[in-house]
Amino acid sequence: MLRQVEGSRAVAEAVALCRPEVICAYPISPQTHIVENLSQLVKSGELAPCEFVNVESELAAMSVAIGASATGARAYTATASQGLLYMTEALYNASGLGLPIVMTLANRAIGAPINIWNDHSDSMSQRDSGWIQLYAETNQEALDLHIQAFRLAEELSTPVMVCMDGFILTHAVERVEIPDQEYVDAFLPAFQPRQVLDPDEPISIGAMVGPEAFMEVKYLAHAKQMQALELIPEIAADFKDAFGRDSGGLIRAYRAEDAETIVLALGSVLGTIKDTVDELREQGVKIGIVGITSFRPFPLDAVRDALSHAERVVVLEKALAVGVGGIVSANVRMALAGIQLHGYTVIAGLGGRPITKASLRGLLADAAADRLEPLTFLDMDWDVVNRELERMGASRESGPHAENILRDVRSVAAGPV
Amino acid sequence: MFEVRIHGRGGQGVVTAAELLSLAAFDEGRYAQAFPSFGSERMGAPVVSFCRIDDHEIRVREPVMEPDALIVVDPTLLHQVDLFGGLGPDGFILINTAKSFDELGLGELVKGFRHERLLTAPAGELARKHTGRAVANAALLGGFAALSGLISLDAVAGAIRERFAGTVGEGNVAAAQAAHAWVVEEMRELSGAASG
Amino acid sequence: MSAPAIRFYQTGSFAVGNRLLDPEQRSVQAGEQRMNSITCGHRACQGCGEALGARYALDAAMRATNGQMIAANATGCLEVFSTPYPETSWRIPWIHSLFANAPAVSTGIAAALRVKGREDVRVVGQGGDGGTVDIGMACLSGMFERGDDVLYICYDNEAYMNTGVQRSGATPPAARTATTQAVGPEPGNVFGQGKSAPLIAMAHEIPYVATATVAELRDLEAKVATAMEIRGARYLHVFVPCPLGWGTASKDTIRIARLAKESGIFPVFEARDGEVTDVSKIRRQVPVEDYLRPQKRFAHLFKPEPRTEVIARIQAGAERNIRRFGLLGDSESGRSESGCAGADGEGGA
Repeated sequence: MLRQVEGSRAVAEAVALCRPEVICAYPISPQTHIVENLSQLVKSGELAPCEFVNVESELAAMSVAIGASATGARAYTATASQGLLYMTEALYNASGLGLPIVMTLANRAIGAPINIWNDHSDSMSQRDSGWIQLYAETNQEALDLHIQAFRLAEELSTPVMVCMDGFILTHAVERVEIPDQEYVDAFLPAFQPRQVLDPDEPISIGAMVGPEAFMEVKYLAHAKQMQALELIPEIAADFKDAFGRDSGGLIRAYRAEDAETIVLALGSVLGTIKDTVDELREQGVKIGIVGITSFRPFPLDAVRDALSHAERVVVLEKALAVGVGGIVSANVRMALAGIQLHGYTVIAGLGGRPITKASLRGLLADAAADRLEPLTFLDMDWDVVNRELERMGASRESGPHAENILRDVRSVAAGPV
Repeated sequence: MFEVRIHGRGGQGVVTAAELLSLAAFDEGRYAQAFPSFGSERMGAPVVSFCRIDDHEIRVREPVMEPDALIVVDPTLLHQVDLFGGLGPDGFILINTAKSFDELGLGELVKGFRHERLLTAPAGELARKHTGRAVANAALLGGFAALSGLISLDAVAGAIRERFAGTVGEGNVAAAQAAHAWVVEEMRELSGAASG
Repeated sequence: MSAPAIRFYQTGSFAVGNRLLDPEQRSVQAGEQRMNSITCGHRACQGCGEALGARYALDAAMRATNGQMIAANATGCLEVFSTPYPETSWRIPWIHSLFANAPAVSTGIAAALRVKGREDVRVVGQGGDGGTVDIGMACLSGMFERGDDVLYICYDNEAYMNTGVQRSGATPPAARTATTQAVGPEPGNVFGQGKSAPLIAMAHEIPYVATATVAELRDLEAKVATAMEIRGARYLHVFVPCPLGWGTASKDTIRIARLAKESGIFPVFEARDGEVTDVSKIRRQVPVEDYLRPQKRFAHLFKPEPRTEVIARIQAGAERNIRRFGLLGDSESGRSESGCAGADGEGGA
């Protein structure tokens, strides 16, 4: 049914349609509306049978999911930012044990400085945790990806996180098509665990593995993600058959076939880039887009195929690998091994700084003319940065960076608009 | 695409206003995107929300930089925050106040705009009369429907009722209707004065 | 008291499993149908108190639950010595996740069983003192607060033994560990506030809290059985000497545990809904010195010269326990006068 609802509500309803059996989550902005909606659905009896566990931390949330999943229950949780870090140990544990937990990650920046707005630093920090990572471009895709995620996770016995931009998607009210229960049931069969704690057939899960076998066990997580490279497009194709729309898959190209310049990005910013690219195309610029939906596994072949004919690629990313630069671009470079093309990394939108069409227009025009540096920070106020560096050089007791800079930009004026 | 920016303070229903507007547009078969400026929620702090309406899918996600219309729920923001940034010369302005633009000290500013698209309306008072609370957001949407013609009063009423049940909904619908009528009357007077 | 009073026991050997008792009252270990939840072949040290306690506790739980039980284990000695790849000595369904999360994993298992309508299957969470009292405290408290249907058993050997005997929140004052060494003007662990997990559990007012030692294994079994009759969050704290970490002879594990109880160092009691309901009285009080001397981790209290003031402080701590929990009195076990010991700091008989 076509509805005009908040992204969080859409995701909550999609998750509910997947018949989770144990939901356990700890509140953190901007994920709160998702778990609030789910708790309401469980408490009212609309979502049943389902146990909703109010946990005392994110570590507990993922741990409860681990226990539940190991006992054969379909388990779900959600978090963001600091919460993801707090459950990091459990993330690796879940993927290492091969438990098909599905989690929503409402992408949010990681502090310090503390910041509740959107960027990809949280999910990027856990890109090697063994979890599959799928990034939604719209709220429609966010809700669709959850349905696909349960099927993907359970078929492979590996956990999946669905990443959706915090606030930008979670708190946006827009049109979505929410599927009917019978269609979801047909698409997503009941959970059949590969391993289960059962008194009738006792097994030990979680034994210590020494040097004689660790590499092999660890490799299995990688092997599953390699299988996912095949399975993700299959599931997306099945989804299209069942529900009639393109959602998911490994990557999605937009006006890229004859493009000389290709912009590559993840998540909701793709929408803004599409509008900008349409404008540039009207001016005759041969520019296109490749959006990455599956970041882990990273679709090396698909990215290579999509980019190889271009002259340059601009990787626009919402996270920073402090000390080196881009994260997504490093992965893209791997895909392009042996291919000569100009690569530009643009770090944008950190901590929720809006990525505007105006800024993108200038950026992409520069890119098309090869006027960009290899690493660019979009809309960075270099004066502010340099003033703080001067302060640090002038005195040992220069004070906390955040407070100095906020005073410098007079944070009241750096208001919402 | 038509872009609306709504300004107010925490607690005045600014975010809800954008949602209701988007819901009204959706009910009329259009695409709409509504989102807030995502500040830390705090009563009294300046809040901005946005609504885009179009006849096809809306892909852009940036804040509304060049609004086609401004709705100001709290006039005390007027000289504190740059409310009018990006508004084009054909833009609509609707301010929740009993005062005129001149009385608000905006006489100079509004000279660059089309005078029949700029209105003040005592939406808060109308809201208090019909709902008992001076929460002006729903009333303002009724007035905005009349001012801009972007959505119908019926759609606004429908959206209000979907979101708020019972007497709260009905009260807000009545306030919206009253504000709508008020704006229609104002616009008639303005065009009469212009042509008279 | 949960266990029937033992009327016949062989002196000098502390044999358990009284043959003159009804079969149902005998130790689980006395029957050939015993589960051997943790079976032989594991890699525990000779004389390991934890292996002994775990075997008794889990087999008792298996009997009480008709074999319908799942166990979640924290990282630690028990987990490591019981699952040396590629073998496992667990004959029950068992999961090890992380160090800090055994109570939360247990919660998840219980939730899954509930949603699947399998509440006949019970859940036991277990861990050492480190995983329970320190790094696992948040998850433990959360599980208590929600009242999840989990029996959590802490095997307390008073330090992080698996990683090489480092100090934990449960390490007693003056004890030598690798991070509280017997050097300097105040050798061994400092006199801190302590962290009584049983009292913390009682503060959550969960339906059942009990302490036990491996010196009274029938008592331990009985307490597990009692716990399994109850639904909701339950906590069992078991005192388990560690020959390696404590520097005691491996043959003395049970004796040391008995001395801990008889000196007042380790109170043995049961509590319901936050109030002490039963106390296992000290049979014949011994001075703490008798308990401390056989342990090399306390050797610095005696050589090169006796640290009488430290020993006196430890004795005062034992006296306080005796007073708070009413550990002395008639030879018959009975209630302490004022129930809950600790809320106002003055409690105890």
